[in-house]
Amino acid sequence: MTTLELQKKALEVRKGIVSSVHSAKAGHPGGSLSAADIFTYLYFEELNVDPADPKKADRDRFVLSKGHTAPGYYSALANRGFFPVEDLLTLRHTGSYLQGHPDMKHIPGVDMSSGSLGQGLSCAVGMALAAKLKGESYRTYCLCGDGEIQEGQIWEAAMFAGHRKLDNLVVIVDNNNLQIDGTVEEVCSPYPIAEKFAAFNFHTIEINGNDMDEIRKALDEAKATKGMPTAIVAHTVKGKGVSFMENNVGWHGKAPNDEEFAKAMEELGKAGEGLC
Amino acid sequence: MLEDKKIATRDSYGNALVALGEKESNLIVLDADLAAATKTGVFKKAFPERHIDCGIAESNMMGIAAGLSTCGYVPFVSTFAMFAAGRAFEQVRNSIGYPKLNVKIGATHAGISVGEDGATHQCNEDLALMRTIPGMVVINPADDVEAQAAVKAAYEHQGPVYIRFGRLAAPIVNDAPDYKFELGKGVTLKDGKDVTIIATGLEVAYALKAADMLEKDGISARVINIHTIKPLDVDLVVKAAKETGKIVTVEEHSVIGGLGSAVCDALAEKCPTPVCKIGVNDQFGESGPAVELIKKYGLDEVGIYNRVKEFI
Repeated sequence: MTTLELQKKALEVRKGIVSSVHSAKAGHPGGSLSAADIFTYLYFEELNVDPADPKKADRDRFVLSKGHTAPGYYSALANRGFFPVEDLLTLRHTGSYLQGHPDMKHIPGVDMSSGSLGQGLSCAVGMALAAKLKGESYRTYCLCGDGEIQEGQIWEAAMFAGHRKLDNLVVIVDNNNLQIDGTVEEVCSPYPIAEKFAAFNFHTIEINGNDMDEIRKALDEAKATKGMPTAIVAHTVKGKGVSFMENNVGWHGKAPNDEEFAKAMEELGKAGEGLC
Repeated sequence: MLEDKKIATRDSYGNALVALGEKESNLIVLDADLAAATKTGVFKKAFPERHIDCGIAESNMMGIAAGLSTCGYVPFVSTFAMFAAGRAFEQVRNSIGYPKLNVKIGATHAGISVGEDGATHQCNEDLALMRTIPGMVVINPADDVEAQAAVKAAYEHQGPVYIRFGRLAAPIVNDAPDYKFELGKGVTLKDGKDVTIIATGLEVAYALKAADMLEKDGISARVINIHTIKPLDVDLVVKAAKETGKIVTVEEHSVIGGLGSAVCDALAEKCPTPVCKIGVNDQFGESGPAVELIKKYGLDEVGIYNRVKEFI
Protein backbone atom coordinates (compact mmCIF):
# COMPACT_ATOMS: atom_id res chain seq x y z
CA MET A 1 0.00 0.00 0.00
CA THR A 2 1.08 3.56 -0.64
CA THR A 3 1.56 5.92 2.27
CA LEU A 4 -1.58 7.81 1.26
CA GLU A 5 -3.64 4.61 1.19
CA LEU A 6 -2.31 3.66 4.62
CA GLN A 7 -3.13 7.09 5.99
CA LYS A 8 -6.70 6.72 4.75
CA LYS A 9 -6.97 3.31 6.37
CA ALA A 10 -5.65 4.77 9.62
CA LEU A 11 -8.48 7.30 9.58
CA GLU A 12 -10.99 4.46 9.22
CA VAL A 13 -9.29 2.69 12.12
CA ARG A 14 -9.57 5.87 14.18
CA LYS A 15 -13.27 6.20 13.35
CA GLY A 16 -13.73 2.62 14.56
CA ILE A 17 -11.98 3.46 17.82
CA VAL A 18 -14.09 6.51 18.53
CA SER A 19 -17.31 4.73 17.50
CA SER A 20 -16.69 1.61 19.55
CA VAL A 21 -15.66 3.44 22.70
CA HIS A 22 -18.64 5.78 22.33
CA SER A 23 -20.94 2.79 21.95
CA ALA A 24 -19.35 1.01 24.91
CA LYS A 25 -19.60 4.16 27.06
CA ALA A 26 -16.20 3.03 28.40
CA GLY A 27 -12.77 2.11 27.14
CA HIS A 28 -9.43 3.61 26.27
CA PRO A 29 -9.43 5.98 23.29
CA GLY A 30 -6.19 7.87 24.05
CA GLY A 31 -3.71 5.01 23.72
CA SER A 32 -5.74 3.42 20.92
CA LEU A 33 -5.52 6.60 18.86
CA SER A 34 -1.81 7.13 19.57
CA ALA A 35 -1.12 3.63 18.23
CA ALA A 36 -3.66 3.73 15.39
CA ASP A 37 -1.01 4.30 12.72
CA ILE A 38 1.04 1.39 14.07
CA PHE A 39 -2.00 -0.93 14.17
CA THR A 40 -2.85 0.10 10.64
CA TYR A 41 0.62 -0.38 9.23
CA LEU A 42 0.96 -3.78 10.91
CA TYR A 43 -2.37 -5.15 9.66
CA PHE A 44 -2.45 -3.58 6.20
CA GLU A 45 1.20 -3.81 5.24
CA GLU A 46 3.54 -5.65 7.55
CA LEU A 47 1.98 -8.82 8.92
CA ASN A 48 1.61 -12.02 6.94
CA VAL A 49 -1.97 -12.75 8.01
CA ASP A 50 -5.11 -13.97 6.27
CA PRO A 51 -8.55 -12.90 7.52
CA ALA A 52 -10.00 -15.99 5.82
CA ASP A 53 -7.65 -18.24 7.78
CA PRO A 54 -6.85 -16.43 11.03
CA LYS A 55 -5.04 -19.42 12.54
CA LYS A 56 -2.85 -20.34 9.58
CA ALA A 57 0.31 -21.91 10.92
CA ASP A 58 2.88 -19.68 9.25
CA ARG A 59 1.19 -16.36 10.09
CA ASP A 60 3.13 -13.59 11.72
CA ARG A 61 2.12 -13.19 15.35
CA PHE A 62 1.04 -10.04 17.11
CA VAL A 63 0.60 -9.54 20.85
CA LEU A 64 -0.98 -6.38 22.20
CA SER A 65 0.77 -6.24 25.53
CA LYS A 66 -0.92 -2.91 26.30
CA GLY A 67 -4.22 -4.73 26.02
CA HIS A 68 -6.41 -1.87 27.19
CA THR A 69 -5.99 -0.31 23.74
CA ALA A 70 -8.10 -3.13 22.33
CA PRO A 71 -10.35 -0.62 20.51
CA GLY A 72 -7.43 0.22 18.22
CA TYR A 73 -6.57 -3.44 17.75
CA TYR A 74 -10.17 -4.48 17.07
CA SER A 75 -10.71 -1.62 14.66
CA ALA A 76 -7.63 -2.63 12.65
CA LEU A 77 -8.72 -6.30 12.64
CA ALA A 78 -12.27 -5.42 11.61
CA ASN A 79 -11.16 -3.05 8.86
CA ARG A 80 -8.77 -5.73 7.62
CA GLY A 81 -11.70 -8.17 7.37
CA PHE A 82 -11.28 -10.46 10.36
CA PHE A 83 -14.82 -9.66 11.53
CA PRO A 84 -17.56 -7.18 10.57
CA VAL A 85 -16.81 -3.51 11.22
CA GLU A 86 -20.39 -3.14 12.57
CA ASP A 87 -19.50 -5.50 15.41
CA LEU A 88 -17.15 -2.84 16.80
CA LEU A 89 -20.27 -1.20 18.21
CA THR A 90 -20.74 -4.21 20.51
CA LEU A 91 -17.42 -3.54 22.26
CA ARG A 92 -17.66 -4.20 26.01
CA HIS A 93 -21.37 -5.04 25.75
CA THR A 94 -22.66 -8.01 27.73
CA GLY A 95 -22.53 -11.10 25.54
CA SER A 96 -20.27 -9.56 22.88
CA TYR A 97 -17.15 -11.40 21.80
CA LEU A 98 -15.33 -8.06 21.79
CA GLN A 99 -14.20 -8.10 25.40
CA GLY A 100 -12.71 -5.05 27.10
CA HIS A 101 -9.29 -6.64 26.68
CA PRO A 102 -8.15 -8.99 23.87
CA ASP A 103 -9.52 -12.52 24.14
CA MET A 104 -7.85 -15.06 21.86
CA LYS A 105 -10.53 -17.68 22.48
CA HIS A 106 -13.30 -15.69 20.85
CA ILE A 107 -11.89 -12.97 18.62
CA PRO A 108 -10.72 -13.91 15.12
CA GLY A 109 -7.16 -12.75 14.51
CA VAL A 110 -6.18 -12.32 18.16
CA ASP A 111 -3.09 -14.44 18.86
CA MET A 112 -2.91 -13.91 22.62
CA SER A 113 -5.23 -12.84 25.41
CA SER A 114 -3.73 -9.86 27.14
CA GLY A 115 -4.42 -6.82 29.18
CA SER A 116 -2.84 -7.34 32.55
CA LEU A 117 0.11 -5.06 31.91
CA GLY A 118 3.59 -6.50 31.58
CA GLN A 119 2.54 -10.00 30.56
CA GLY A 120 2.17 -9.81 26.79
CA LEU A 121 5.83 -9.42 25.93
CA SER A 122 6.69 -12.71 27.65
CA CYS A 123 4.07 -14.48 25.53
CA ALA A 124 5.44 -12.86 22.38
CA VAL A 125 8.90 -14.03 23.38
CA GLY A 126 7.52 -17.58 23.71
CA MET A 127 6.09 -17.35 20.18
CA ALA A 128 9.38 -16.05 18.76
CA LEU A 129 11.27 -18.77 20.60
CA ALA A 130 8.95 -21.43 19.16
CA ALA A 131 9.73 -20.21 15.62
CA LYS A 132 13.45 -20.38 16.32
CA LEU A 133 13.23 -23.87 17.80
CA LYS A 134 11.16 -25.17 14.90
CA GLY A 135 13.12 -23.30 12.22
CA GLU A 136 10.01 -21.46 11.05
CA SER A 137 10.14 -18.08 9.37
CA TYR A 138 7.17 -16.24 10.87
CA ARG A 139 7.91 -13.11 12.86
CA THR A 140 6.43 -11.90 16.15
CA TYR A 141 5.45 -8.33 16.97
CA CYS A 142 4.56 -6.92 20.35
CA LEU A 143 3.16 -3.51 21.20
CA CYS A 144 3.84 -2.18 24.69
CA GLY A 145 2.91 1.04 26.42
CA ASP A 146 5.45 3.47 27.81
CA GLY A 147 3.71 3.28 31.18
CA GLU A 148 3.49 -0.48 30.88
CA ILE A 149 7.26 -0.86 30.77
CA GLN A 150 7.31 0.16 34.43
CA GLU A 151 6.28 -3.47 35.02
CA GLY A 152 9.32 -5.59 35.94
CA GLN A 153 8.18 -8.56 33.86
CA ILE A 154 8.83 -6.54 30.69
CA TRP A 155 12.52 -6.48 31.56
CA GLU A 156 12.58 -10.18 32.44
CA ALA A 157 11.22 -10.81 28.95
CA ALA A 158 13.64 -8.33 27.36
CA MET A 159 16.59 -9.99 29.08
CA PHE A 160 15.54 -13.40 27.79
CA ALA A 161 14.89 -12.14 24.23
CA GLY A 162 18.29 -10.44 24.09
CA HIS A 163 20.00 -13.47 25.59
CA ARG A 164 18.40 -15.78 23.03
CA LYS A 165 19.15 -13.37 20.16
CA LEU A 166 15.52 -13.47 19.00
CA ASP A 167 15.92 -11.45 15.80
CA ASN A 168 12.43 -12.57 14.73
CA LEU A 169 10.93 -10.41 17.49
CA VAL A 170 10.02 -6.72 17.28
CA VAL A 171 8.92 -4.78 20.35
CA ILE A 172 7.23 -1.47 19.67
CA VAL A 173 6.84 0.94 22.57
CA ASP A 174 4.00 3.40 22.10
CA ASN A 175 5.71 6.37 23.71
CA ASN A 176 2.79 8.78 24.06
CA ASN A 177 4.24 10.03 27.33
CA LEU A 178 1.00 9.84 29.32
CA GLN A 179 -0.34 7.38 31.85
CA ILE A 180 -3.37 7.55 34.15
CA ASP A 181 -1.76 9.53 36.95
CA GLY A 182 0.13 11.99 34.75
CA THR A 183 3.12 12.06 32.42
CA VAL A 184 5.32 8.98 32.58
CA GLU A 185 8.16 11.21 33.79
CA GLU A 186 6.13 12.51 36.70
CA VAL A 187 4.81 9.11 37.76
CA CYS A 188 7.92 6.93 37.49
CA SER A 189 10.16 7.76 34.57
CA PRO A 190 10.98 4.90 32.19
CA TYR A 191 13.43 7.14 30.29
CA PRO A 192 15.75 6.60 28.57
CA ILE A 193 13.75 3.84 26.89
CA ALA A 194 15.89 3.00 23.84
CA GLU A 195 19.03 2.87 25.96
CA LYS A 196 17.39 0.44 28.34
CA PHE A 197 16.49 -1.95 25.51
CA ALA A 198 19.98 -1.50 24.06
CA ALA A 199 21.39 -2.54 27.43
CA PHE A 200 19.28 -5.71 27.16
CA ASN A 201 20.97 -6.47 23.82
CA PHE A 202 18.29 -5.12 21.49
CA HIS A 203 18.81 -3.18 18.28
CA THR A 204 16.91 0.07 18.85
CA ILE A 205 15.24 2.59 16.57
CA GLU A 206 13.45 5.80 17.50
CA ILE A 207 10.71 7.11 15.23
CA ASN A 208 7.68 9.32 14.99
CA GLY A 209 5.07 6.63 15.52
CA ASN A 210 2.35 8.64 13.83
CA ASP A 211 4.28 8.80 10.54
CA MET A 212 3.65 5.91 8.12
CA ASP A 213 6.94 6.35 6.29
CA GLU A 214 8.92 6.23 9.51
CA ILE A 215 7.00 3.15 10.68
CA ARG A 216 7.73 1.46 7.35
CA LYS A 217 11.41 2.32 7.48
CA ALA A 218 11.78 1.09 11.06
CA LEU A 219 10.02 -2.23 10.47
CA ASP A 220 12.12 -2.81 7.33
CA GLU A 221 15.24 -2.11 9.37
CA ALA A 222 14.03 -4.56 12.05
CA LYS A 223 13.63 -7.29 9.41
CA ALA A 224 17.14 -6.67 8.16
CA THR A 225 18.59 -6.82 11.67
CA LYS A 226 20.15 -10.19 12.47
CA GLY A 227 21.41 -11.61 15.73
CA MET A 228 19.34 -9.46 18.07
CA PRO A 229 15.71 -8.45 18.62
CA THR A 230 14.61 -4.94 17.70
CA ALA A 231 12.90 -2.39 19.91
CA ILE A 232 11.21 0.53 18.20
CA VAL A 233 10.49 3.49 20.43
CA ALA A 234 7.57 5.13 18.68
CA HIS A 235 7.07 8.73 19.77
CA THR A 236 3.36 9.34 19.44
CA VAL A 237 0.64 11.75 20.49
CA LYS A 238 -1.92 10.34 22.88
CA GLY A 239 -5.39 10.81 21.40
CA LYS A 240 -3.88 11.53 17.95
CA GLY A 241 -6.40 12.63 15.35
CA VAL A 242 -9.08 14.00 17.67
CA SER A 243 -8.10 17.56 18.64
CA PHE A 244 -9.62 17.67 22.10
CA MET A 245 -8.21 14.27 23.04
CA GLU A 246 -4.65 14.98 21.93
CA ASN A 247 -2.07 15.09 24.72
CA ASN A 248 -4.87 15.11 27.27
CA VAL A 249 -4.46 12.51 29.99
CA GLY A 250 -8.16 12.77 30.76
CA TRP A 251 -8.85 10.75 27.61
CA HIS A 252 -6.80 7.74 28.69
CA GLY A 253 -9.84 5.78 29.76
CA LYS A 254 -12.98 7.78 29.07
CA ALA A 255 -15.68 7.51 26.43
CA PRO A 256 -16.87 10.55 24.48
CA ASN A 257 -20.47 11.68 25.03
CA ASP A 258 -22.76 12.11 22.03
CA GLU A 259 -21.63 15.66 21.37
CA GLU A 260 -17.95 14.83 21.68
CA PHE A 261 -18.45 11.76 19.50
CA ALA A 262 -20.05 13.85 16.74
CA LYS A 263 -17.21 16.37 16.90
CA ALA A 264 -14.55 13.65 16.79
CA MET A 265 -16.16 11.95 13.79
CA GLU A 266 -16.48 15.28 12.00
CA GLU A 267 -12.79 16.00 12.55
CA LEU A 268 -11.80 12.55 11.27
CA GLY A 269 -14.09 13.02 8.26
CA LYS A 270 -12.50 16.34 7.43
CA ALA A 271 -9.03 14.88 7.83
CA GLY A 272 -10.06 12.28 5.25
CA GLU A 273 -11.12 14.97 2.78
CA GLY A 274 -7.71 16.56 3.26
CA LEU A 275 -6.00 13.32 2.21
CA CYS A 276 -7.53 13.23 -1.27
CA MET B 1 2.71 -50.19 51.09
CA LEU B 2 6.34 -50.48 50.06
CA GLU B 3 8.45 -48.65 52.65
CA ASP B 4 11.75 -49.80 51.20
CA LYS B 5 11.17 -48.18 47.81
CA LYS B 6 10.97 -44.56 48.88
CA ILE B 7 11.35 -41.93 46.19
CA ALA B 8 10.58 -38.21 46.16
CA THR B 9 7.88 -37.30 43.66
CA ARG B 10 10.12 -34.56 42.23
CA ASP B 11 12.39 -37.38 41.01
CA SER B 12 9.38 -39.10 39.50
CA TYR B 13 8.62 -35.85 37.67
CA GLY B 14 12.03 -35.74 35.97
CA ASN B 15 11.95 -39.42 35.10
CA ALA B 16 8.42 -39.24 33.69
CA LEU B 17 9.36 -36.25 31.53
CA VAL B 18 12.26 -38.17 29.99
CA ALA B 19 10.03 -41.17 29.24
CA LEU B 20 7.34 -38.96 27.68
CA GLY B 21 9.87 -36.78 25.89
CA GLU B 22 11.15 -39.79 23.99
CA LYS B 23 7.73 -40.31 22.44
CA GLU B 24 6.36 -36.80 22.27
CA SER B 25 8.46 -34.38 20.25
CA ASN B 26 6.27 -31.36 21.14
CA LEU B 27 6.97 -31.72 24.87
CA ILE B 28 9.24 -28.95 26.08
CA VAL B 29 10.50 -28.24 29.60
CA LEU B 30 11.07 -24.82 31.13
CA ASP B 31 13.01 -24.07 34.29
CA ALA B 32 13.96 -21.00 36.29
CA ASP B 33 17.50 -21.90 37.37
CA LEU B 34 16.30 -24.83 39.46
CA ALA B 35 16.68 -27.79 37.11
CA ALA B 36 18.93 -29.49 39.62
CA ALA B 37 16.27 -29.20 42.32
CA THR B 38 13.10 -29.74 40.28
CA LYS B 39 14.85 -32.84 38.91
CA THR B 40 14.25 -31.87 35.32
CA GLY B 41 18.03 -32.01 34.90
CA VAL B 42 17.62 -35.55 33.54
CA PHE B 43 15.38 -34.18 30.79
CA LYS B 44 17.89 -31.44 30.04
CA LYS B 45 20.57 -34.09 29.65
CA ALA B 46 18.43 -36.25 27.38
CA PHE B 47 16.91 -33.45 25.29
CA PRO B 48 19.04 -30.31 25.66
CA GLU B 49 17.36 -28.63 22.70
CA ARG B 50 13.96 -28.96 24.38
CA HIS B 51 15.01 -27.64 27.77
CA ILE B 52 14.72 -23.88 28.19
CA ASP B 53 16.30 -22.27 31.20
CA CYS B 54 14.58 -18.93 31.70
CA GLY B 55 16.82 -17.79 34.53
CA ILE B 56 15.41 -16.59 37.83
CA ALA B 57 12.30 -15.02 36.35
CA GLU B 58 9.23 -17.16 37.00
CA SER B 59 6.64 -14.65 35.84
CA ASN B 60 8.34 -14.37 32.47
CA MET B 61 8.67 -18.15 32.31
CA MET B 62 4.88 -18.57 32.60
CA GLY B 63 4.37 -16.12 29.73
CA ILE B 64 6.97 -17.84 27.55
CA ALA B 65 5.21 -21.15 28.20
CA ALA B 66 1.91 -19.57 27.17
CA GLY B 67 3.46 -18.30 23.93
CA LEU B 68 5.10 -21.64 23.18
CA SER B 69 1.82 -23.47 23.72
CA THR B 70 0.04 -21.28 21.14
CA CYS B 71 2.64 -22.50 18.64
CA GLY B 72 2.09 -26.22 19.21
CA TYR B 73 4.41 -27.04 22.07
CA VAL B 74 3.25 -28.67 25.30
CA PRO B 75 5.34 -26.88 27.92
CA PHE B 76 6.02 -28.30 31.36
CA VAL B 77 6.96 -25.30 33.47
CA SER B 78 9.08 -26.26 36.44
CA THR B 79 9.88 -24.39 39.61
CA PHE B 80 9.13 -24.48 43.33
CA ALA B 81 5.45 -24.35 44.30
CA MET B 82 6.07 -21.03 46.05
CA PHE B 83 7.14 -19.38 42.81
CA ALA B 84 4.80 -21.21 40.44
CA ALA B 85 1.57 -20.76 42.37
CA GLY B 86 2.65 -17.88 44.57
CA ARG B 87 4.84 -15.42 42.74
CA ALA B 88 3.46 -16.15 39.29
CA PHE B 89 -0.18 -16.58 40.31
CA GLU B 90 -1.44 -13.77 38.15
CA GLN B 91 0.58 -14.86 35.12
CA VAL B 92 -0.83 -18.36 35.53
CA ARG B 93 -4.33 -16.96 35.85
CA ASN B 94 -4.27 -14.43 33.04
CA SER B 95 -1.73 -15.72 30.52
CA ILE B 96 -2.46 -19.45 30.91
CA GLY B 97 -5.77 -20.01 32.70
CA TYR B 98 -7.94 -17.38 31.01
CA PRO B 99 -7.01 -18.44 27.45
CA LYS B 100 -7.15 -22.12 28.59
CA LEU B 101 -3.69 -22.79 27.17
CA ASN B 102 -2.20 -26.24 27.13
CA VAL B 103 0.50 -25.55 29.71
CA LYS B 104 1.49 -27.95 32.49
CA ILE B 105 2.93 -26.56 35.69
CA GLY B 106 5.23 -28.92 37.58
CA ALA B 107 5.59 -27.41 41.04
CA THR B 108 8.12 -29.06 43.30
CA HIS B 109 9.12 -28.41 46.91
CA ALA B 110 5.56 -27.97 48.09
CA GLY B 111 4.48 -27.96 51.74
CA ILE B 112 6.45 -27.94 54.98
CA SER B 113 8.39 -31.03 53.89
CA VAL B 114 10.70 -28.60 52.08
CA GLY B 115 12.31 -28.73 55.51
CA GLU B 116 15.38 -26.71 56.36
CA ASP B 117 14.78 -23.81 53.96
CA GLY B 118 11.95 -22.72 56.23
CA ALA B 119 8.78 -20.69 55.90
CA THR B 120 9.72 -18.50 52.90
CA HIS B 121 9.99 -21.60 50.72
CA GLN B 122 7.32 -23.81 52.27
CA CYS B 123 4.29 -23.23 50.09
CA ASN B 124 1.19 -24.34 51.98
CA GLU B 125 -1.15 -22.30 49.83
CA ASP B 126 -0.63 -23.58 46.28
CA LEU B 127 -3.57 -25.97 46.10
CA ALA B 128 -5.87 -23.22 47.37
CA LEU B 129 -4.57 -20.69 44.84
CA MET B 130 -4.60 -22.99 41.83
CA ARG B 131 -8.03 -24.42 42.69
CA THR B 132 -9.61 -21.00 42.24
CA ILE B 133 -8.58 -20.65 38.59
CA PRO B 134 -11.44 -21.68 36.29
CA GLY B 135 -10.55 -24.74 34.22
CA MET B 136 -7.32 -25.51 36.06
CA VAL B 137 -6.80 -29.19 36.85
CA VAL B 138 -4.95 -29.64 40.16
CA ILE B 139 -3.13 -32.89 40.93
CA ASN B 140 -1.22 -33.87 44.06
CA PRO B 141 0.29 -37.34 43.62
CA ALA B 142 1.08 -39.55 46.60
CA ASP B 143 4.03 -41.56 45.35
CA ASP B 144 6.31 -42.40 42.47
CA VAL B 145 3.77 -44.56 40.65
CA GLU B 146 1.08 -41.93 40.86
CA ALA B 147 3.40 -39.03 40.07
CA GLN B 148 4.66 -40.64 36.87
CA ALA B 149 1.12 -41.52 35.84
CA ALA B 150 0.00 -37.97 36.63
CA VAL B 151 2.63 -36.45 34.34
CA LYS B 152 1.42 -38.64 31.50
CA ALA B 153 -2.24 -37.85 32.23
CA ALA B 154 -1.42 -34.14 32.37
CA TYR B 155 0.23 -34.35 28.95
CA GLU B 156 -2.79 -36.14 27.52
CA HIS B 157 -5.26 -33.66 29.02
CA GLN B 158 -5.97 -30.66 26.79
CA GLY B 159 -5.72 -27.54 28.96
CA PRO B 160 -3.84 -26.17 31.95
CA VAL B 161 -2.76 -28.56 34.68
CA TYR B 162 -0.99 -27.90 37.98
CA ILE B 163 0.89 -30.85 39.51
CA ARG B 164 2.37 -30.67 42.98
CA PHE B 165 5.54 -32.60 43.77
CA GLY B 166 7.43 -33.06 47.01
CA ARG B 167 11.06 -32.97 48.07
CA LEU B 168 10.80 -35.69 50.72
CA ALA B 169 11.09 -39.34 49.68
CA ALA B 170 7.70 -41.05 49.94
CA PRO B 171 6.91 -44.76 50.17
CA ILE B 172 4.97 -46.47 47.40
CA VAL B 173 1.28 -46.70 48.33
CA ASN B 174 -0.01 -47.60 44.88
CA ASP B 175 1.55 -51.04 44.70
CA ALA B 176 -1.42 -52.92 43.25
CA PRO B 177 -0.52 -54.76 40.04
CA ASP B 178 -3.68 -53.51 38.31
CA TYR B 179 -3.04 -49.86 39.26
CA LYS B 180 -4.62 -47.37 36.90
CA PHE B 181 -4.54 -43.57 37.14
CA GLU B 182 -7.71 -41.79 36.23
CA LEU B 183 -7.81 -38.00 36.30
CA GLY B 184 -10.49 -36.82 38.73
CA LYS B 185 -11.03 -40.23 40.32
CA GLY B 186 -10.18 -40.94 43.92
CA VAL B 187 -8.87 -44.31 45.03
CA THR B 188 -10.17 -46.26 48.04
CA LEU B 189 -7.03 -47.83 49.50
CA LYS B 190 -8.64 -49.37 52.57
CA ASP B 191 -12.27 -50.05 53.38
CA GLY B 192 -13.83 -49.07 56.68
CA LYS B 193 -17.18 -48.21 58.26
CA ASP B 194 -16.65 -45.88 61.25
CA VAL B 195 -14.87 -42.96 59.65
CA THR B 196 -13.25 -42.04 56.32
CA ILE B 197 -9.81 -40.49 56.13
CA ILE B 198 -9.40 -38.64 52.86
CA ALA B 199 -5.75 -37.87 52.25
CA THR B 200 -3.67 -36.42 49.45
CA GLY B 201 -0.04 -36.44 48.39
CA LEU B 202 2.59 -37.23 50.99
CA GLU B 203 -0.11 -37.65 53.64
CA VAL B 204 -1.66 -40.72 52.04
CA ALA B 205 1.04 -43.00 53.46
CA TYR B 206 0.68 -41.48 56.93
CA ALA B 207 -3.11 -41.86 56.73
CA LEU B 208 -2.76 -45.58 55.94
CA LYS B 209 -0.50 -46.06 58.97
CA ALA B 210 -2.91 -44.11 61.18
CA ALA B 211 -5.76 -46.31 59.95
CA ASP B 212 -3.80 -49.41 60.99
CA MET B 213 -3.31 -47.92 64.48
CA LEU B 214 -7.03 -47.13 64.72
CA GLU B 215 -7.89 -50.66 63.64
CA LYS B 216 -6.04 -51.99 66.70
CA ASP B 217 -8.38 -49.84 68.84
CA GLY B 218 -11.34 -51.35 67.07
CA ILE B 219 -12.01 -48.31 64.87
CA SER B 220 -12.63 -49.18 61.25
CA ALA B 221 -11.29 -46.34 59.11
CA ARG B 222 -11.73 -46.14 55.37
CA VAL B 223 -8.82 -44.49 53.55
CA ILE B 224 -9.30 -42.63 50.30
CA ASN B 225 -6.50 -41.19 48.24
CA ILE B 226 -7.52 -38.05 46.39
CA HIS B 227 -4.80 -37.30 43.85
CA THR B 228 -6.92 -34.90 41.82
CA ILE B 229 -7.95 -31.98 43.99
CA LYS B 230 -9.77 -30.45 41.04
CA PRO B 231 -11.98 -31.73 39.61
CA LEU B 232 -12.77 -33.48 42.90
CA ASP B 233 -14.28 -36.97 42.89
CA VAL B 234 -17.45 -35.71 44.55
CA ASP B 235 -19.33 -39.00 44.15
CA LEU B 236 -16.69 -40.96 46.04
CA VAL B 237 -16.55 -38.35 48.82
CA VAL B 238 -20.34 -38.24 49.21
CA LYS B 239 -20.54 -42.04 49.21
CA ALA B 240 -17.96 -42.20 52.00
CA ALA B 241 -19.82 -39.55 53.98
CA LYS B 242 -23.10 -41.45 53.67
CA GLU B 243 -21.54 -44.81 54.56
CA THR B 244 -19.19 -43.81 57.38
CA GLY B 245 -20.88 -40.67 58.73
CA LYS B 246 -17.67 -38.87 59.57
CA ILE B 247 -14.90 -37.46 57.37
CA VAL B 248 -11.31 -36.54 58.17
CA THR B 249 -9.17 -34.78 55.55
CA VAL B 250 -5.38 -34.82 55.68
CA GLU B 251 -3.05 -32.69 53.60
CA GLU B 252 0.39 -31.15 53.83
CA HIS B 253 -1.13 -27.79 53.02
CA SER B 254 -3.00 -25.04 54.81
CA VAL B 255 -6.36 -26.11 56.19
CA ILE B 256 -7.65 -23.06 54.33
CA GLY B 257 -8.50 -23.67 50.70
CA GLY B 258 -7.00 -27.07 49.92
CA LEU B 259 -8.33 -30.62 49.99
CA GLY B 260 -10.22 -30.09 53.26
CA SER B 261 -11.99 -27.07 51.88
CA ALA B 262 -12.76 -28.80 48.59
CA VAL B 263 -14.30 -31.74 50.48
CA CYS B 264 -16.29 -29.39 52.73
CA ASP B 265 -17.55 -27.45 49.70
CA ALA B 266 -18.86 -30.66 48.18
CA LEU B 267 -20.35 -32.08 51.37
CA ALA B 268 -22.00 -28.83 52.47
CA GLU B 269 -23.98 -28.91 49.26
CA LYS B 270 -24.61 -32.63 48.75
CA CYS B 271 -24.40 -34.36 52.13
CA PRO B 272 -23.74 -32.22 55.23
CA THR B 273 -21.37 -34.28 57.38
CA PRO B 274 -19.04 -33.50 60.29
CA VAL B 275 -15.52 -32.97 58.91
CA CYS B 276 -12.21 -32.74 60.74
CA LYS B 277 -9.59 -30.93 58.64
CA ILE B 278 -6.01 -31.92 59.36
CA GLY B 279 -3.31 -29.85 57.72
CA VAL B 280 -1.08 -26.90 58.43
CA ASN B 281 -3.15 -24.58 60.59
CA ASP B 282 -3.33 -20.87 59.84
CA GLN B 283 0.38 -20.34 60.40
CA PHE B 284 3.73 -20.26 58.59
CA GLY B 285 6.17 -23.15 58.71
CA GLU B 286 9.75 -23.08 60.00
CA SER B 287 13.19 -24.61 59.44
CA GLY B 288 13.96 -28.18 60.43
CA PRO B 289 14.38 -31.65 58.96
CA ALA B 290 11.23 -32.53 57.01
CA VAL B 291 10.36 -35.63 59.00
CA GLU B 292 10.63 -33.72 62.28
CA LEU B 293 8.44 -30.91 60.96
CA ILE B 294 5.78 -33.33 59.81
CA LYS B 295 5.70 -34.76 63.31
CA LYS B 296 5.77 -31.34 64.97
CA TYR B 297 2.85 -30.12 62.88
CA GLY B 298 0.81 -33.22 63.67
CA LEU B 299 0.91 -34.58 60.14
CA ASP B 300 2.51 -37.97 60.89
CA GLU B 301 0.55 -41.12 61.69
CA VAL B 302 0.50 -40.37 65.42
CA GLY B 303 -0.80 -36.86 64.83
CA ILE B 304 -3.54 -38.15 62.54
CA TYR B 305 -4.41 -41.01 64.93
CA ASN B 306 -4.79 -38.61 67.87
CA ARG B 307 -6.99 -36.18 65.93
CA VAL B 308 -9.23 -38.96 64.62
CA LYS B 309 -9.66 -40.38 68.14
CA GLU B 310 -10.68 -36.95 69.44
CA PHE B 311 -13.00 -36.38 66.50
CA ILE B 312 -15.00 -39.58 66.69
